[in-house]
Amino acid sequence: MKTRPPWGRKLLNLSVCLWAGISASLGLVALFWIITTVVIKGFRAFDFHFFTALPTPPGVPGGGVANAILGTAVLTALATLAAVPIGMLAGIFLGEFGQDAKIADFSRFAANVLMGMPSIIIGVFAYGLLVVPMGSFSGYAGAFALAVIMLPVVSRTTEDMVRLVPNTLRESALALGAPRWRVTLGIVFRAAKSGLLTGVLLAVARVSGETAPLLFIALNSPYWLTSLAKPTPNLTVTIFDYAMSPYADWQQKAWGASLLITLGILAVTVMTRWTLREKKS
Amino acid sequence: MALGGRYLQGGLGGHPPHDGQRMKKVLTLPTALETSPDFARIGVRKKPFPKADPFFRGLTASCAVLVPLLIAAIFSELLHYSLPAFKKFGLSFLISQEWNPVTGQFGAASSIFGTLVSTFIAMIIAVPLSLAIALFLVELAPPKLSRAVGTMIELLAAIPSIIYGMWGLFVFAPLMARYVQPVLGHYLGVLPLFQGPPLGIGMLTAGIILAVMILPFISAVTRDVFQLVPPVVKESAFGLGATTWEVTFKVTIPYGLVGIIGACFLGLGRALGETMAVTFVIGNSHRISASLFAPGNSIASALANEFTEATEPLYISSLIALGLILFVITWTVQVISQILLRRMYRAWSVGL
Repeated sequence: MKTRPPWGRKLLNLSVCLWAGISASLGLVALFWIITTVVIKGFRAFDFHFFTALPTPPGVPGGGVANAILGTAVLTALATLAAVPIGMLAGIFLGEFGQDAKIADFSRFAANVLMGMPSIIIGVFAYGLLVVPMGSFSGYAGAFALAVIMLPVVSRTTEDMVRLVPNTLRESALALGAPRWRVTLGIVFRAAKSGLLTGVLLAVARVSGETAPLLFIALNSPYWLTSLAKPTPNLTVTIFDYAMSPYADWQQKAWGASLLITLGILAVTVMTRWTLREKKS
Repeated sequence: MALGGRYLQGGLGGHPPHDGQRMKKVLTLPTALETSPDFARIGVRKKPFPKADPFFRGLTASCAVLVPLLIAAIFSELLHYSLPAFKKFGLSFLISQEWNPVTGQFGAASSIFGTLVSTFIAMIIAVPLSLAIALFLVELAPPKLSRAVGTMIELLAAIPSIIYGMWGLFVFAPLMARYVQPVLGHYLGVLPLFQGPPLGIGMLTAGIILAVMILPFISAVTRDVFQLVPPVVKESAFGLGATTWEVTFKVTIPYGLVGIIGACFLGLGRALGETMAVTFVIGNSHRISASLFAPGNSIASALANEFTEATEPLYISSLIALGLILFVITWTVQVISQILLRRMYRAWSVGL
C-alpha cells in the first residue's frame, strides 16, 4: 500500500488554525480599539459642568449634557415600566403554561423575529402611531418605541429563567394547596429572582443605547425636560447631533456622552453575563 | 418538565393537581367524619378566588399574543402610511433612482442598492471570520481562554450602534482614506469597484464596520452549533487520522450546516437594518455608483437622515415606503433564519 506524505494536509491544517487564531484576535482588536478610543477621547470631556449644566452654543465654554442624561434616564425608566410587566407575563405564559401550545410557539417565534427587527422600523411605527396623531414629537412616543424593543427581550429571558426553576418546587407548592398564580408569582419568581433581574438589566442596557428610533420621535432639545409631550432631550441623539456638527467642542462633548453610555452598558452587560453564567452552570 | 410530568402521572394520575380540594381527596383517609353531612363544610374549604387561576392564565396568554400582534400592527401601519407613495409612483418606486424632495420625485433604487451592497460586503468579511472564530473557540483554544475570548467577542454586540458610528467616522474613516483606499486604488484600480477619490467614508467603510457589528451574532450561534455536534462523530473522524481542519470541513460543518446558514441569516438580518453606524460613514448621497469608495445610502440611513426634514406628506410617505421595504426584507430574512435554527435544534434535541 502506498501512503501519501501528509505534508500538504498538515500545512493546510496549520494555516487554517493560524487563520482561526488571527480572526479571534482581530475581533478582540476591534473591541479594544473601540473601547480605548472612546475612553481616551471621552474622558477629556468629563468635568463638573458636563454632568450638571445645560448645553451651550458652540464655542461657549461650560456647557454640559445634564438635561440629556436626565432625559435618557426618564425615557428608559418609562419604557422599562411599560415593557417589564407585559414582557414578564408573556414570558410566564411561554414558560409555565404554554410549553407545547400552538400560541406559545407562535409567540416565541414572533418574539425572536421582533428582536431582530431594525430599531428604526420600530421608530417609524411609533411615529405613525403616536407622533402623527398627537401632532408633536414627544417623549411618550420615544418611550413607547423603546418599550416595543424591550418587550421581546424581557419575554424571552423570563421564559428561560422560569424554565430553570426545578419542577419539584412547583409541585411542593401545589401540593400545599396554592393556586397556580401564587405558585408562579410567589414561588417560581422568587426562585428565579436574580435571573429575572439580570434579564431586565440586560434589556435596559440594550435600550439605553438606542438612537435610531429616538431620532425622529423624541427628537432632542437643549432645555430641561418639562413635559414628555414635547421633544425630549436624550443622550444618544445628542451624540448624533454633536458628532455631526463641525464644532470641535461639541464633538468632544459627543465623545464624553459616548463614554458615559458605553461605560454604563458594558458594566451592566459584563455584570449580568457573569450572573447568568453562575445561574446556568 | 418531562420528568415532573412523569412523576405526577405515576403518583396522582393524569394532570398535576390544580387545587387543594383534589389533593385532599386523594390524601385524606376515609373517616367517620366523611360520612357526616357536615363534611362538605368542615373538610373541604372553598377556594377564596375560584376564578383567579383562569384569569391569570388568560392574562399571561393575552400578553404573549401581544408580540405577534405588534408585528402585524407594524406591518399594517407601514403599509397604511406608504400607500400614497405607492399610489403616486406605482411599482416604479422600487426601480427609480430619482430622489428629489424639491420636485417631489422619489424612488427607492439607490437606497435598496446601498443596503444590499453594504450588507454584501459585510457578509463577505464577517462570515469567514465568524466561522474561524467559532473554530478557534471550540476546537483550538483551551477552555479558559475560549470562555474569555468568547465573552469578549460577544461584548462587541453590546456596544451601541452609535458608538460604532463615532468610531467609524472619526477614527476608522480617516485611516481608510489615508492608507487602505489609496493602496486598493493603486493595485486594483483597474476595476471600477476601486476607483475614485479616497474619501474615507463610503460603501466599503460602511461594509467593514457592519462586518464588525454582526461578527458576534454569527460567531456566537456558530459556536453553539459546533459545540452541539456529538463528540462521537468528531472523534471517529479524528481516530481515522483527520486533521482539525478536515474534521471541521468534512464533519462538523456538513453536520451543522443548517444551523450555520441560520446563523448567517441572523447576521444578515442585523446588517440589513443597522442604522446609526451606517448613517455616520456611508456618506448619504442618493446615487448609485459602481465604486465602493463613493458615498452612498442605505434605507436605514435615509430614514435616519431625512425623516425630521421631511415636511411634505408625499416625502414622508415615500420615506415610510422605504421603511416598509426594509421591514419586508428583514422580516423574510429573520423568519428564514428562525426556521433554520429551530429545525436544527429540534432535530438535535432528539439525539443522533
